[in-house]
Amino acid sequence: MHRPHLLAPAVAVTLVASLAACSPTDGAPDGAAEETTGTAAEDGTLVIYSGRNENLVEPILEQLEDAVGVDVEVRYASSSELAAQLLEEGDASDADVFFSQDAGALGALAKADMLAELDETVTALVPESYRDADGRWVATSARARVLAYDPEQVPQIEEITAIDQILEPEYEGLIGYAPANASFHAFVTALRIERGEDEARQWLEDFKAQDPQAYENNNAVLDAVDGGQVAFGLINHYYWFQKVAELGEDEVSAKIHFLDNDDPGALVNVAGAGVLASTDMPEAAADAIAFLLSDDAQQYFADETAEYPVVQGITSATFDLQPLAELDSHQIDLNDLDSLDETLALLDEVGLT
Amino acid sequence: MPALLAAVVAVLPLGYLAIRAGEGGLSTAVEVLVRERTLWLVLRSLGLTAAVTTACLVVGVGLAWLTTRTDLPARRTFGVLATLPLAVPSYVAAYAWISAFPSIAGFWGTFLVLSACSYPYVYLPVVAALRRSDPSLEEVSRSLGRSARATFLSVTVPQLRPAAAAGALLVALYTLSDFGAPSLLRYDVFTRVIHSSYRASFDRTPAAVLSILLVVLTVAITVAESRSRNRGGTARLGGGVARTAAAVPLGRLRPVAVGLCLAVAAVALAFPAGSLGYWLVRGSSASLDLDRLVGAATSTVGVSLLGALVTTALAVPVGVLAARYGTRPVRLVEHASYAGHALPGIVVALALVFFGIRFARPVYQETPLLVLAYAVLFLPVAVGAVRASVAQSPRRLEEVSRSLGTSAWTTLRRVTLPLAGPGIAAGAALVLLTCMKELPATLLLRPTGTDTLATRLWTETGAGAYAAAAPYAAMLVLLAAVPTFLLTNAQTRRAARSTEGAEPRDVMEGGSR
Repeated sequence: MHRPHLLAPAVAVTLVASLAACSPTDGAPDGAAEETTGTAAEDGTLVIYSGRNENLVEPILEQLEDAVGVDVEVRYASSSELAAQLLEEGDASDADVFFSQDAGALGALAKADMLAELDETVTALVPESYRDADGRWVATSARARVLAYDPEQVPQIEEITAIDQILEPEYEGLIGYAPANASFHAFVTALRIERGEDEARQWLEDFKAQDPQAYENNNAVLDAVDGGQVAFGLINHYYWFQKVAELGEDEVSAKIHFLDNDDPGALVNVAGAGVLASTDMPEAAADAIAFLLSDDAQQYFADETAEYPVVQGITSATFDLQPLAELDSHQIDLNDLDSLDETLALLDEVGLT
Repeated sequence: MPALLAAVVAVLPLGYLAIRAGEGGLSTAVEVLVRERTLWLVLRSLGLTAAVTTACLVVGVGLAWLTTRTDLPARRTFGVLATLPLAVPSYVAAYAWISAFPSIAGFWGTFLVLSACSYPYVYLPVVAALRRSDPSLEEVSRSLGRSARATFLSVTVPQLRPAAAAGALLVALYTLSDFGAPSLLRYDVFTRVIHSSYRASFDRTPAAVLSILLVVLTVAITVAESRSRNRGGTARLGGGVARTAAAVPLGRLRPVAVGLCLAVAAVALAFPAGSLGYWLVRGSSASLDLDRLVGAATSTVGVSLLGALVTTALAVPVGVLAARYGTRPVRLVEHASYAGHALPGIVVALALVFFGIRFARPVYQETPLLVLAYAVLFLPVAVGAVRASVAQSPRRLEEVSRSLGTSAWTTLRRVTLPLAGPGIAAGAALVLLTCMKELPATLLLRPTGTDTLATRLWTETGAGAYAAAAPYAAMLVLLAAVPTFLLTNAQTRRAARSTEGAEPRDVMEGGSR
């Protein structure tokens, strides 16, 4: 398992050179697999750090192992902790691929120059707004911010089309959110970018005046909506699908509601992946990314995790999901969301942390 | 100097924190520290810690006395039941309570859950101390006309003080470092903010600064504890005899005592267990992958046993020195060993990532480094147990041994350690149980592909699959019950045996082993 690390730079240089020499043909998993099984130089183990839950992605990562044709080892933990771990490990890291639950963790690694540039032909499968402008990470699936609501407390849900409507006095103390959650931060960033700093601050101050209830994560927010402790919860759409899959639709009284697609409250976030710059298996790592964007993998995300595929032409066979293109007609570029520091500073000032 | 090794292990995280906090420069550090919010965090954390520690002292000492010194019915069963909450991870208990009673969130919920999960830290060493202490002292006190209550307060309590204080210290540090309960129950304390600082900004400087503040608080608490310890001497002539004390008749209070024991067991054990059953029945993810469960259980036991062994081995020199020689360097080593316990697991894990990948590459993300992480985190658990039980055994016997020409090492091996044996074993068992449910460090440092029960539990609940999580949680409690039961049993037998023999034999017996 322990590769000779003195050799690693030399091997990497050779491989990069050979990679540059052969032009990759397409991102299809079958072709990719054939390509790598022939590469004798890369006979190590591809190490993936996965911030995505093992239960959700293990099956597809097993398929990935077959497709890439080398042994794959996956280490699971939460995305932010893995990002912190990778930052501590630096160039000495064993990791080749980072599969993240959110774009923020990938952005942090890209900022620290720890991610390698990806193959343009692979990333081109994904709309530009869902990949790093410098090509260092790419989205693998998308999730929408939604309002989870308790139908008993909010029978008039269809009237709510904008995030500002939850600021009505009648909902005071009845909004649940997860202040440490990356998707919530992304929403605030979107708010800042669309409305400017002053209006965003005003919104957050009004929001704070509503006495919103802070929860540990999206699951906890949804539980609170389901239990009727709050009327609204700011969450990502697939948590609801997961809960319904676990308990059955009759057992879940909470529902989800999509805001108008030009509202920052309907932001689309992504899970994504990148290749570590220090990888000693750049070719297998590139194949792994290509596989995550293959039709098989995209279909898996649509059917099993209730997420939106990011490659066009895939629709979920099991979940009732609107196509992403219909949702994101007016979405902001995820690359603009990297002004996370300003968002956190603003949240800190307003006191919503 | 094995004690020095232990000290080095313990200060690893501090070195890491100094490096990370230093990166941001003094101005960042000052800025983080002078925020109004930081003051509130300090006050809230300290308030919670004081409340939980007090509750644990009352419950822990009370139960220990009831189950060892009174005619409580089924007291051995209650004795085992009283230790089991230690096997319930605080995040499981917290989830159980918050999902049933959402309004419990905040101070009271966190207080309840942390007290229920951590009073065995006090209970276990106090039981060991009660078993070790010589009831003849109490009998003398009673025969000289003191009432049972006065005897308890003036004779029994001082004997228990080192053990209870060591336990209380662990509770305090655990309360400061726990993340699961305050985050689920939404009480804003240090650890929650340290975690969200990693989570939100990937900026390690503020987290490191806050962690250092946490370490300073910890040192203040440990120093206060050792000051209080030094005031009460427990000197005694002769070895004393650890025999079973005559049971104090509870009389009319028996039903009340039973009721109290049952109430504690209900809150700390039955309720979380009931919730597990409910998840199992309610969810659709209830599927049992037996191979996986057995695999996770096996590796949990494996790494936890190693963790307990290594931690105890490191703790013995520190504990013995701390009990016998209160010199400044020894105290420093002892206090240093407490730092790891007060830091959130994620901070200790990242410190070991930092040092492991640079200086211990061959064992990085392998079992040895994980075991080392357990040692850093749980060293104080073992040190406290060793110190308390050594302090309680008479120094004179060691002096006699030395005066008869035995070397210091042989004296340690044949006199000190056998006398302190039950206490050290209790400490090792505590470490074992705590390792079993450790999560953040295990996640980052485990060998790739290794699952422990705690990591599986995390995976299943992370995907909202509570029914699938239930078997892992149940297995954790079951596994933890085994060492607890054996330990309680062994202590009871030992006490019973020494009653039969001639009085000084207990010491001789121990020494000849």
